[in-house]
Amino acid sequence: MTFDLATLRALLRGDRHADRVVPPTGFTAQLTVFASGAMAFLAVFALALSLASGRLAQRWGDELARTATIRIVAPEDQRAIQTTAALQVLSTTPGIASARALTDEEQQALLAPWFGQDLPLDSLPVPRLIEIVATSQGFDATGLRLRLAAEVPGAVLDDHGRWRAPLVSAAQRLRLLGWVVALLILGAVAAMVTLAANAALAANAQVVAVLRLVGATDSYIAQAFVRRFTLRALAGSAAGVAIGLLAVWLLPSGGDGPGFLTGIGFQGAGWLVPLFLPFISALVALLATAFAADRALRTLT
Amino acid sequence: MPRAGAGVIELENVAYSYGGGELLSDISVKLAPGSFHFLTGPSGAGKTTLLKLCYGALLPTAGHVRLFQADVRTLERDDVAMVRRKVGVVHQDVQFLDHLSVSDNVALPLTVSGRHAEAAGPDLGELMAWVGLTNRAHALPPELSGGERQRAALARAVIMSPDVVLADEPTGNVDWDMSQRLLTLLVELNRMGKTVLIATHDLSLIRAAKAQVQARVLRISNRRVQLAGADL
Repeated sequence: MTFDLATLRALLRGDRHADRVVPPTGFTAQLTVFASGAMAFLAVFALALSLASGRLAQRWGDELARTATIRIVAPEDQRAIQTTAALQVLSTTPGIASARALTDEEQQALLAPWFGQDLPLDSLPVPRLIEIVATSQGFDATGLRLRLAAEVPGAVLDDHGRWRAPLVSAAQRLRLLGWVVALLILGAVAAMVTLAANAALAANAQVVAVLRLVGATDSYIAQAFVRRFTLRALAGSAAGVAIGLLAVWLLPSGGDGPGFLTGIGFQGAGWLVPLFLPFISALVALLATAFAADRALRTLT
Repeated sequence: MPRAGAGVIELENVAYSYGGGELLSDISVKLAPGSFHFLTGPSGAGKTTLLKLCYGALLPTAGHVRLFQADVRTLERDDVAMVRRKVGVVHQDVQFLDHLSVSDNVALPLTVSGRHAEAAGPDLGELMAWVGLTNRAHALPPELSGGERQRAALARAVIMSPDVVLADEPTGNVDWDMSQRLLTLLVELNRMGKTVLIATHDLSLIRAAKAQVQARVLRISNRRVQLAGADL
Protein backbone atom coordinates (compact mmCIF):
# COMPACT_ATOMS: atom_id res chain seq x y z
CA MET A 1 0.00 0.00 0.00
CA THR A 2 1.50 3.32 -1.05
CA PHE A 3 0.96 6.51 0.89
CA ASP A 4 0.42 9.07 -1.82
CA LEU A 5 -1.92 12.01 -1.42
CA ALA A 6 -4.79 10.23 -3.18
CA THR A 7 -4.55 7.25 -0.82
CA LEU A 8 -4.56 9.45 2.27
CA ARG A 9 -7.47 11.48 0.90
CA ALA A 10 -9.38 8.27 0.20
CA LEU A 11 -8.65 7.08 3.75
CA LEU A 12 -9.95 10.30 5.25
CA ARG A 13 -12.97 10.55 2.98
CA GLY A 14 -13.83 6.90 3.34
CA ASP A 15 -15.69 4.67 0.94
CA ARG A 16 -18.84 3.16 2.36
CA HIS A 17 -18.84 0.55 -0.40
CA ALA A 18 -15.26 -0.48 0.37
CA ASP A 19 -16.01 -0.45 4.10
CA ARG A 20 -18.80 -2.94 3.55
CA VAL A 21 -16.81 -5.56 1.67
CA VAL A 22 -14.92 -6.58 4.80
CA PRO A 23 -17.35 -8.25 7.20
CA PRO A 24 -17.82 -6.64 10.60
CA THR A 25 -15.74 -8.23 13.36
CA GLY A 26 -17.50 -7.25 16.55
CA PHE A 27 -15.28 -8.75 19.25
CA THR A 28 -11.96 -7.82 17.61
CA ALA A 29 -13.29 -4.33 17.01
CA GLN A 30 -14.28 -3.93 20.65
CA LEU A 31 -10.91 -5.22 21.83
CA THR A 32 -9.05 -2.80 19.57
CA VAL A 33 -11.13 0.14 20.75
CA PHE A 34 -10.73 -0.88 24.40
CA ALA A 35 -6.96 -1.46 24.15
CA SER A 36 -6.46 1.87 22.35
CA GLY A 37 -8.53 3.61 24.98
CA ALA A 38 -6.63 2.02 27.87
CA MET A 39 -3.29 2.89 26.29
CA ALA A 40 -4.35 6.48 25.72
CA PHE A 41 -5.55 6.72 29.33
CA LEU A 42 -2.12 5.54 30.55
CA ALA A 43 -0.38 7.86 28.10
CA VAL A 44 -2.25 10.83 29.57
CA PHE A 45 -0.82 9.99 33.01
CA ALA A 46 2.66 9.48 31.56
CA LEU A 47 2.42 12.90 29.95
CA ALA A 48 1.09 14.45 33.16
CA LEU A 49 4.03 12.96 35.05
CA SER A 50 6.49 14.15 32.44
CA LEU A 51 5.12 17.68 32.29
CA ALA A 52 4.92 17.93 36.10
CA SER A 53 8.52 16.74 36.36
CA GLY A 54 9.53 19.30 33.79
CA ARG A 55 7.88 22.07 35.77
CA LEU A 56 9.52 20.85 38.97
CA ALA A 57 12.96 20.71 37.37
CA GLN A 58 12.51 24.21 36.03
CA ARG A 59 11.30 25.55 39.38
CA TRP A 60 14.14 23.97 41.27
CA GLY A 61 16.57 25.13 38.65
CA ASP A 62 15.30 28.71 38.62
CA GLU A 63 14.44 29.30 42.25
CA LEU A 64 17.20 27.43 43.99
CA ALA A 65 19.87 28.68 41.65
CA ARG A 66 19.08 32.24 42.76
CA THR A 67 19.06 31.62 46.49
CA ALA A 68 21.69 30.75 49.05
CA THR A 69 21.97 30.62 52.83
CA ILE A 70 24.62 31.65 55.32
CA ARG A 71 24.73 29.98 58.69
CA ILE A 72 26.34 31.93 61.52
CA VAL A 73 27.72 29.32 63.89
CA ALA A 74 29.19 31.30 66.78
CA PRO A 75 28.89 31.60 70.54
CA GLU A 76 25.74 33.46 71.53
CA ASP A 77 27.55 36.68 72.47
CA GLN A 78 29.26 36.70 69.04
CA ARG A 79 26.27 35.72 66.94
CA ALA A 80 24.73 39.19 66.47
CA ILE A 81 28.10 40.80 65.74
CA GLN A 82 29.02 38.17 63.14
CA THR A 83 25.57 38.40 61.59
CA THR A 84 25.98 42.13 61.14
CA ALA A 85 29.47 41.61 59.73
CA ALA A 86 28.20 39.00 57.28
CA LEU A 87 25.40 41.29 56.12
CA GLN A 88 28.01 44.03 55.65
CA VAL A 89 30.13 41.71 53.49
CA LEU A 90 27.06 40.73 51.49
CA SER A 91 26.04 44.32 50.90
CA THR A 92 29.31 44.93 49.07
CA THR A 93 29.33 41.65 47.12
CA PRO A 94 28.42 41.99 43.45
CA GLY A 95 25.55 39.79 42.22
CA ILE A 96 23.55 39.81 45.44
CA ALA A 97 20.12 41.37 45.13
CA SER A 98 19.16 41.13 48.79
CA ALA A 99 20.26 39.55 52.04
CA ARG A 100 18.55 39.45 55.38
CA ALA A 101 18.81 37.55 58.64
CA LEU A 102 15.84 35.38 59.46
CA THR A 103 13.94 36.41 62.58
CA ASP A 104 13.55 34.09 65.57
CA GLU A 105 9.94 33.47 64.53
CA GLU A 106 10.96 32.47 61.02
CA GLN A 107 13.65 30.11 62.32
CA GLN A 108 11.20 28.65 64.78
CA ALA A 109 8.73 28.08 61.95
CA LEU A 110 11.42 26.26 59.97
CA LEU A 111 12.17 23.94 62.90
CA ALA A 112 8.56 23.45 63.96
CA PRO A 113 7.85 20.47 61.68
CA TRP A 114 10.61 18.53 63.43
CA PHE A 115 10.60 19.87 67.01
CA GLY A 116 7.11 21.27 67.49
CA GLN A 117 5.82 24.82 67.98
CA ASP A 118 7.07 25.31 71.56
CA LEU A 119 10.75 25.01 70.82
CA PRO A 120 12.77 27.23 73.25
CA LEU A 121 15.04 28.70 70.59
CA ASP A 122 16.94 30.88 73.09
CA SER A 123 18.19 27.89 75.05
CA LEU A 124 19.45 25.97 71.99
CA PRO A 125 22.62 26.58 69.98
CA VAL A 126 20.70 27.20 66.78
CA PRO A 127 22.78 29.05 64.19
CA ARG A 128 21.47 32.32 62.79
CA LEU A 129 20.42 32.01 59.14
CA ILE A 130 20.88 34.66 56.50
CA GLU A 131 18.83 34.33 53.34
CA ILE A 132 20.50 35.54 50.16
CA VAL A 133 18.73 36.27 46.88
CA ALA A 134 21.08 36.63 43.93
CA THR A 135 20.61 38.82 40.89
CA SER A 136 20.03 37.12 37.55
CA GLN A 137 23.81 37.30 36.92
CA GLY A 138 24.50 35.44 40.18
CA PHE A 139 27.43 35.88 42.53
CA ASP A 140 30.90 34.38 42.87
CA ALA A 141 30.37 31.76 45.59
CA THR A 142 34.10 30.90 45.88
CA GLY A 143 35.10 34.53 46.30
CA LEU A 144 32.34 35.11 48.85
CA ARG A 145 33.47 32.08 50.86
CA LEU A 146 37.01 33.40 50.99
CA ARG A 147 35.83 36.85 52.12
CA LEU A 148 33.57 35.34 54.78
CA ALA A 149 36.37 33.09 56.02
CA ALA A 150 38.56 36.14 56.46
CA GLU A 151 36.01 38.54 57.93
CA VAL A 152 33.30 36.37 59.53
CA PRO A 153 34.91 33.15 60.77
CA GLY A 154 31.62 31.69 62.01
CA ALA A 155 29.82 32.07 58.64
CA VAL A 156 29.21 29.08 56.41
CA LEU A 157 27.87 29.69 52.89
CA ASP A 158 25.51 27.11 51.46
CA ASP A 159 24.65 27.85 47.83
CA HIS A 160 22.37 24.71 47.60
CA GLY A 161 24.50 23.39 44.74
CA ARG A 162 25.33 20.17 46.59
CA TRP A 163 21.73 18.94 46.61
CA ARG A 164 20.16 21.14 43.93
CA ALA A 165 22.02 19.50 41.01
CA PRO A 166 20.97 15.91 41.77
CA LEU A 167 17.38 17.01 42.39
CA VAL A 168 17.20 18.89 39.11
CA SER A 169 18.85 15.96 37.38
CA ALA A 170 16.35 13.55 38.96
CA ALA A 171 13.42 15.70 37.88
CA GLN A 172 14.78 15.89 34.34
CA ARG A 173 15.23 12.12 34.26
CA LEU A 174 11.66 11.71 35.48
CA ARG A 175 10.47 13.98 32.68
CA LEU A 176 12.42 11.91 30.14
CA LEU A 177 11.01 8.74 31.68
CA GLY A 178 7.48 10.10 31.19
CA TRP A 179 8.13 10.65 27.48
CA VAL A 180 9.75 7.22 27.17
CA VAL A 181 6.67 5.66 28.79
CA ALA A 182 4.43 7.57 26.38
CA LEU A 183 6.53 6.32 23.44
CA LEU A 184 6.41 2.76 24.78
CA ILE A 185 2.65 3.03 25.02
CA LEU A 186 2.48 4.12 21.39
CA GLY A 187 4.74 1.17 20.52
CA ALA A 188 2.36 -1.12 22.39
CA VAL A 189 -0.54 0.37 20.41
CA ALA A 190 1.36 -0.37 17.19
CA ALA A 191 2.06 -3.96 18.29
CA MET A 192 -1.52 -4.50 19.39
CA VAL A 193 -2.98 -3.10 16.17
CA THR A 194 -0.54 -5.16 14.08
CA LEU A 195 -1.60 -8.32 15.88
CA ALA A 196 -5.28 -7.48 15.55
CA ALA A 197 -4.88 -6.59 11.86
CA ASN A 198 -2.98 -9.83 11.22
CA ALA A 199 -5.71 -11.79 12.97
CA ALA A 200 -8.41 -9.98 11.01
CA LEU A 201 -6.63 -10.58 7.70
CA ALA A 202 -6.09 -14.26 8.52
CA ALA A 203 -9.72 -14.65 9.57
CA ASN A 204 -10.81 -12.99 6.34
CA ALA A 205 -8.54 -14.98 4.01
CA GLN A 206 -11.58 -16.14 2.04
CA VAL A 207 -12.86 -12.58 1.74
CA VAL A 208 -9.45 -11.56 0.41
CA ALA A 209 -9.55 -14.46 -2.08
CA VAL A 210 -13.00 -13.41 -3.34
CA LEU A 211 -11.97 -9.76 -3.62
CA ARG A 212 -8.88 -10.71 -5.61
CA LEU A 213 -10.93 -13.00 -7.82
CA VAL A 214 -13.20 -10.11 -8.81
CA GLY A 215 -10.29 -7.78 -9.55
CA ALA A 216 -9.72 -5.88 -6.30
CA THR A 217 -6.22 -4.47 -6.04
CA ASP A 218 -4.24 -5.20 -2.90
CA SER A 219 -4.28 -1.45 -2.17
CA TYR A 220 -8.08 -1.52 -2.17
CA ILE A 221 -8.18 -4.55 0.14
CA ALA A 222 -5.54 -3.10 2.47
CA GLN A 223 -7.34 0.23 2.57
CA ALA A 224 -10.54 -1.41 3.81
CA PHE A 225 -8.65 -2.88 6.77
CA VAL A 226 -6.43 0.16 7.37
CA ARG A 227 -9.35 2.58 7.52
CA ARG A 228 -11.22 0.31 9.91
CA PHE A 229 -8.34 -0.07 12.37
CA THR A 230 -7.37 3.59 12.12
CA LEU A 231 -10.89 4.68 13.02
CA ARG A 232 -11.01 2.20 15.90
CA ALA A 233 -7.71 3.48 17.31
CA LEU A 234 -8.89 7.07 16.88
CA ALA A 235 -12.20 6.44 18.64
CA GLY A 236 -10.65 4.37 21.44
CA SER A 237 -7.85 6.86 22.04
CA ALA A 238 -10.22 9.82 22.03
CA ALA A 239 -12.31 8.15 24.72
CA GLY A 240 -9.20 7.16 26.70
CA VAL A 241 -7.80 10.69 26.55
CA ALA A 242 -11.12 12.21 27.60
CA ILE A 243 -11.35 9.89 30.63
CA GLY A 244 -7.65 10.39 31.39
CA LEU A 245 -7.97 14.18 31.35
CA LEU A 246 -11.01 13.98 33.59
CA ALA A 247 -9.10 11.74 36.02
CA VAL A 248 -6.11 14.11 36.06
CA TRP A 249 -8.43 17.06 36.59
CA LEU A 250 -10.02 15.26 39.54
CA LEU A 251 -6.65 14.52 41.18
CA PRO A 252 -6.30 16.34 44.52
CA SER A 253 -4.44 19.60 44.19
CA GLY A 254 -1.82 20.79 46.64
CA GLY A 255 -2.60 24.40 45.87
CA ASP A 256 0.57 26.45 45.93
CA GLY A 257 2.35 23.93 48.11
CA PRO A 258 5.60 22.35 47.02
CA GLY A 259 4.38 18.72 47.03
CA PHE A 260 5.36 16.77 43.91
CA LEU A 261 2.57 14.18 43.98
CA THR A 262 -0.09 16.84 44.37
CA GLY A 263 1.50 18.73 41.47
CA ILE A 264 1.00 15.91 38.90
CA GLY A 265 -1.25 17.27 36.20
CA PHE A 266 -1.37 19.80 33.44
CA GLN A 267 -1.12 23.56 33.56
CA GLY A 268 -2.06 26.12 30.92
CA ALA A 269 -1.24 24.99 27.40
CA GLY A 270 -0.14 21.65 28.85
CA TRP A 271 -3.79 20.59 28.81
CA LEU A 272 -3.64 20.69 24.99
CA VAL A 273 -0.75 18.20 24.73
CA PRO A 274 -2.86 15.04 25.37
CA LEU A 275 -5.32 16.16 22.69
CA PHE A 276 -2.74 15.15 20.09
CA LEU A 277 -2.70 11.56 21.40
CA PRO A 278 -5.76 10.27 19.46
CA PHE A 279 -4.31 11.54 16.20
CA ILE A 280 -0.90 10.08 16.98
CA SER A 281 -2.55 6.76 17.93
CA ALA A 282 -4.54 6.83 14.69
CA LEU A 283 -1.38 7.51 12.70
CA VAL A 284 0.41 4.67 14.49
CA ALA A 285 -2.56 2.36 13.80
CA LEU A 286 -2.63 3.42 10.16
CA LEU A 287 1.05 2.65 9.65
CA ALA A 288 0.88 -0.60 11.66
CA THR A 289 -2.16 -1.88 9.75
CA ALA A 290 -0.71 -0.87 6.38
CA PHE A 291 2.48 -2.74 7.27
CA ALA A 292 0.57 -5.80 8.49
CA ALA A 293 -1.77 -5.79 5.49
CA ASP A 294 1.08 -5.47 3.03
CA ARG A 295 2.91 -8.39 4.61
CA ALA A 296 -0.21 -10.53 4.91
CA LEU A 297 -1.37 -9.85 1.36
CA ARG A 298 2.05 -10.87 0.05
CA THR A 299 1.71 -14.25 1.72
CA LEU A 300 -2.01 -14.86 1.13
CA THR A 301 -2.56 -16.55 -2.23
CA MET B 1 -0.06 -2.91 -29.93
CA PRO B 2 -1.52 -6.44 -30.04
CA ARG B 3 0.36 -8.96 -32.12
CA ALA B 4 -1.51 -10.23 -35.18
CA GLY B 5 -3.07 -13.59 -34.39
CA ALA B 6 -2.29 -13.24 -30.69
CA GLY B 7 -4.58 -14.99 -28.28
CA VAL B 8 -6.23 -13.29 -25.33
CA ILE B 9 -4.65 -15.96 -23.16
CA GLU B 10 -1.57 -17.84 -24.26
CA LEU B 11 0.35 -20.59 -22.53
CA GLU B 12 3.70 -21.46 -24.07
CA ASN B 13 5.60 -24.56 -22.91
CA VAL B 14 4.12 -24.12 -19.47
CA ALA B 15 4.94 -26.47 -16.62
CA TYR B 16 3.62 -26.36 -13.11
CA SER B 17 5.02 -28.30 -10.17
CA TYR B 18 3.48 -28.70 -6.78
CA GLY B 19 4.80 -30.56 -3.73
CA GLY B 20 7.84 -31.81 -5.59
CA GLY B 21 5.87 -33.37 -8.44
CA GLU B 22 5.15 -31.95 -11.87
CA LEU B 23 1.41 -31.56 -12.34
CA LEU B 24 1.47 -29.98 -15.79
CA SER B 25 4.22 -30.26 -18.37
CA ASP B 26 5.00 -28.53 -21.65
CA ILE B 27 1.51 -27.04 -22.09
CA SER B 28 0.96 -24.76 -25.06
CA VAL B 29 -2.52 -23.36 -25.48
CA LYS B 30 -3.79 -20.25 -27.21
CA LEU B 31 -7.31 -18.94 -26.65
CA ALA B 32 -8.22 -16.82 -29.66
CA PRO B 33 -10.65 -13.93 -29.15
CA GLY B 34 -14.25 -15.13 -29.36
CA SER B 35 -13.34 -18.82 -29.22
CA PHE B 36 -15.10 -21.47 -27.17
CA HIS B 37 -13.02 -24.16 -25.50
CA PHE B 38 -13.66 -27.05 -23.20
CA LEU B 39 -10.94 -28.42 -20.99
CA THR B 40 -11.56 -31.96 -19.92
CA GLY B 41 -9.77 -34.80 -18.23
CA PRO B 42 -10.08 -37.04 -15.19
CA SER B 43 -10.34 -35.65 -11.68
CA GLY B 44 -6.95 -34.54 -10.41
CA ALA B 45 -5.55 -34.17 -13.92
CA GLY B 46 -4.89 -30.46 -13.37
CA LYS B 47 -7.89 -28.73 -14.96
CA THR B 48 -8.37 -26.29 -12.09
CA THR B 49 -4.63 -25.63 -11.95
CA LEU B 50 -4.55 -24.86 -15.65
CA LEU B 51 -7.52 -22.53 -15.25
CA LYS B 52 -5.77 -20.72 -12.38
CA LEU B 53 -2.70 -20.30 -14.58
CA CYS B 54 -5.01 -18.70 -17.15
CA TYR B 55 -5.98 -15.81 -14.86
CA GLY B 56 -2.75 -15.29 -12.96
CA ALA B 57 -3.80 -16.93 -9.70
CA LEU B 58 -0.81 -19.25 -10.10
CA LEU B 59 2.55 -18.65 -11.72
CA PRO B 60 4.06 -21.34 -13.95
CA THR B 61 7.22 -23.02 -12.76
CA ALA B 62 8.45 -23.04 -16.38
CA GLY B 63 7.33 -21.50 -19.65
CA HIS B 64 5.30 -18.36 -20.25
CA VAL B 65 1.72 -17.34 -19.57
CA ARG B 66 0.57 -14.25 -21.45
CA LEU B 67 -2.63 -12.53 -20.47
CA PHE B 68 -3.66 -10.00 -23.10
CA GLN B 69 -0.10 -10.10 -24.48
CA ALA B 70 1.49 -9.33 -21.08
CA ASP B 71 3.72 -11.97 -19.54
CA VAL B 72 2.22 -12.72 -16.16
CA ARG B 73 5.68 -12.80 -14.55
CA THR B 74 6.27 -9.18 -15.44
CA LEU B 75 2.99 -8.00 -13.91
CA GLU B 76 2.89 -6.27 -10.54
CA ARG B 77 0.25 -7.47 -8.08
CA ASP B 78 -2.07 -4.60 -8.92
CA ASP B 79 -1.56 -5.24 -12.65
CA VAL B 80 -2.79 -8.79 -12.13
CA ALA B 81 -5.90 -7.31 -10.49
CA MET B 82 -6.47 -5.13 -13.55
CA VAL B 83 -6.15 -8.16 -15.83
CA ARG B 84 -8.67 -10.05 -13.71
CA ARG B 85 -11.22 -7.35 -14.41
CA LYS B 86 -11.07 -8.52 -18.02
CA VAL B 87 -11.43 -12.19 -17.05
CA GLY B 88 -14.63 -13.43 -15.45
CA VAL B 89 -14.14 -16.56 -13.37
CA VAL B 90 -16.72 -19.07 -12.17
CA HIS B 91 -15.34 -21.52 -9.64
CA GLN B 92 -16.66 -24.97 -8.87
CA ASP B 93 -16.73 -24.09 -5.17
CA VAL B 94 -18.34 -20.72 -5.70
CA GLN B 95 -17.11 -18.17 -3.17
CA PHE B 96 -19.23 -15.25 -2.10
CA LEU B 97 -19.09 -12.69 0.67
CA ASP B 98 -21.74 -14.17 2.92
CA HIS B 99 -22.52 -10.89 4.69
CA LEU B 100 -23.53 -9.17 1.44
CA SER B 101 -26.74 -9.76 -0.50
CA VAL B 102 -26.70 -11.71 -3.77
CA SER B 103 -27.03 -8.52 -5.83
CA ASP B 104 -24.19 -6.87 -3.88
CA ASN B 105 -22.06 -9.96 -4.54
CA VAL B 106 -22.90 -9.90 -8.22
CA ALA B 107 -22.00 -6.19 -8.33
CA LEU B 108 -18.76 -6.72 -6.39
CA PRO B 109 -16.45 -6.42 -9.44
CA LEU B 110 -18.00 -3.00 -10.15
CA THR B 111 -17.70 -2.00 -6.49
CA VAL B 112 -14.01 -2.84 -6.24
CA SER B 113 -13.42 -0.98 -9.50
CA GLY B 114 -15.00 2.16 -8.07
CA ARG B 115 -17.97 1.99 -10.45
CA HIS B 116 -20.51 2.39 -7.67
CA ALA B 117 -23.21 4.01 -9.80
CA GLU B 118 -23.27 1.05 -12.17
CA ALA B 119 -23.28 -1.33 -9.21
CA ALA B 120 -26.68 0.07 -8.28
CA GLY B 121 -27.85 0.76 -11.84
CA PRO B 122 -30.41 -0.85 -14.16
CA ASP B 123 -27.82 -3.11 -15.82
CA LEU B 124 -27.52 -5.05 -12.60
CA GLY B 125 -31.27 -5.68 -12.62
CA GLU B 126 -31.10 -6.84 -16.23
CA LEU B 127 -28.25 -9.16 -15.42
CA MET B 128 -30.08 -10.60 -12.43
CA ALA B 129 -33.08 -11.20 -14.70
CA TRP B 130 -30.81 -12.80 -17.34
CA VAL B 131 -29.66 -15.42 -14.84
CA GLY B 132 -33.16 -15.72 -13.35
CA LEU B 133 -32.32 -14.40 -9.90
CA THR B 134 -34.42 -11.24 -9.76
CA ASN B 135 -36.47 -12.50 -6.85
CA ARG B 136 -33.35 -13.67 -4.99
CA ALA B 137 -31.46 -10.38 -5.30
CA HIS B 138 -31.74 -9.48 -1.62
CA ALA B 139 -31.14 -12.98 -0.27
CA LEU B 140 -27.85 -13.84 1.39
CA PRO B 141 -25.59 -16.35 -0.43
CA PRO B 142 -26.03 -19.16 2.14
CA GLU B 143 -29.76 -19.05 1.38
CA LEU B 144 -29.21 -19.99 -2.31
CA SER B 145 -29.43 -23.43 -3.83
CA GLY B 146 -26.46 -24.89 -5.73
CA GLY B 147 -27.87 -23.89 -9.10
CA GLU B 148 -28.69 -20.38 -7.91
CA ARG B 149 -25.16 -19.97 -6.59
CA GLN B 150 -23.72 -21.04 -9.95
CA ARG B 151 -25.94 -18.58 -11.80
CA ALA B 152 -25.06 -15.80 -9.38
CA ALA B 153 -21.38 -16.63 -9.87
CA LEU B 154 -21.87 -16.46 -13.65
CA ALA B 155 -23.60 -13.10 -13.32
CA ARG B 156 -20.71 -11.82 -11.19
CA ALA B 157 -18.21 -13.16 -13.71
CA VAL B 158 -19.75 -11.25 -16.61
CA ILE B 159 -20.90 -8.01 -14.96
CA MET B 160 -17.71 -6.19 -16.00
CA SER B 161 -18.31 -7.37 -19.56
CA PRO B 162 -15.01 -9.25 -19.54
CA ASP B 163 -13.25 -10.42 -22.69
CA VAL B 164 -12.84 -13.91 -21.32
CA VAL B 165 -15.02 -16.15 -19.15
CA LEU B 166 -13.35 -19.07 -17.38
CA ALA B 167 -15.63 -21.60 -15.71
CA ASP B 168 -14.45 -24.47 -13.54
CA GLU B 169 -17.02 -27.28 -13.43
CA PRO B 170 -19.87 -24.77 -13.59
CA THR B 171 -22.43 -27.58 -13.70
CA GLY B 172 -20.79 -29.75 -11.07
CA ASN B 173 -23.40 -29.23 -8.38
CA VAL B 174 -26.55 -28.80 -10.42
CA ASP B 175 -29.11 -31.04 -12.09
CA TRP B 176 -29.35 -31.63 -15.84
CA ASP B 177 -31.91 -28.93 -16.51
CA MET B 178 -29.87 -26.35 -14.62
CA SER B 179 -26.66 -27.39 -16.35
CA GLN B 180 -28.36 -26.88 -19.73
CA ARG B 181 -29.54 -23.47 -18.60
CA LEU B 182 -26.03 -22.49 -17.52
CA LEU B 183 -24.60 -23.81 -20.77
CA THR B 184 -27.11 -21.73 -22.72
CA LEU B 185 -25.96 -18.64 -20.82
CA LEU B 186 -22.32 -19.40 -21.60
CA VAL B 187 -23.10 -19.97 -25.27
CA GLU B 188 -24.96 -16.65 -25.32
CA LEU B 189 -21.88 -14.95 -23.91
CA ASN B 190 -19.73 -16.52 -26.61
CA ARG B 191 -22.12 -15.25 -29.25
CA MET B 192 -21.61 -11.79 -27.78
CA GLY B 193 -17.93 -12.20 -28.65
CA LYS B 194 -16.59 -13.40 -25.32
CA THR B 195 -13.88 -16.04 -25.19
CA VAL B 196 -15.10 -18.97 -23.11
CA LEU B 197 -13.12 -21.76 -21.50
CA ILE B 198 -14.99 -24.36 -19.48
CA ALA B 199 -13.22 -27.00 -17.43
CA THR B 200 -15.45 -30.02 -17.01
CA HIS B 201 -15.40 -33.78 -16.86
CA ASP B 202 -19.06 -33.89 -17.94
CA LEU B 203 -18.91 -35.22 -21.52
CA SER B 204 -22.66 -34.88 -21.98
CA LEU B 205 -22.29 -31.14 -21.38
CA ILE B 206 -19.61 -30.98 -24.08
CA ARG B 207 -21.78 -32.86 -26.51
CA ALA B 208 -24.71 -30.59 -25.79
CA ALA B 209 -22.54 -27.52 -26.33
CA LYS B 210 -21.12 -28.77 -29.61
CA ALA B 211 -24.66 -28.89 -30.92
CA GLN B 212 -24.97 -25.16 -30.29
CA VAL B 213 -21.54 -23.68 -30.85
CA GLN B 214 -18.24 -24.43 -32.53
CA ALA B 215 -16.18 -25.58 -29.58
CA ARG B 216 -12.67 -27.00 -29.35
CA VAL B 217 -12.06 -29.62 -26.71
CA LEU B 218 -8.71 -29.85 -24.94
CA ARG B 219 -7.98 -32.94 -22.92
CA ILE B 220 -5.42 -33.12 -20.12
CA SER B 221 -3.72 -36.47 -20.10
CA ASN B 222 -0.39 -37.45 -18.57
CA ARG B 223 0.32 -33.83 -17.54
CA ARG B 224 -0.04 -32.59 -21.11
CA VAL B 225 -2.85 -31.01 -23.12
CA GLN B 226 -4.03 -32.56 -26.34
CA LEU B 227 -6.73 -31.56 -28.76
CA ALA B 228 -9.49 -34.12 -28.35
CA GLY B 229 -10.75 -35.97 -31.38
CA ALA B 230 -14.23 -36.14 -32.87
CA ASP B 231 -15.19 -38.98 -30.56
CA LEU B 232 -16.54 -36.49 -28.03
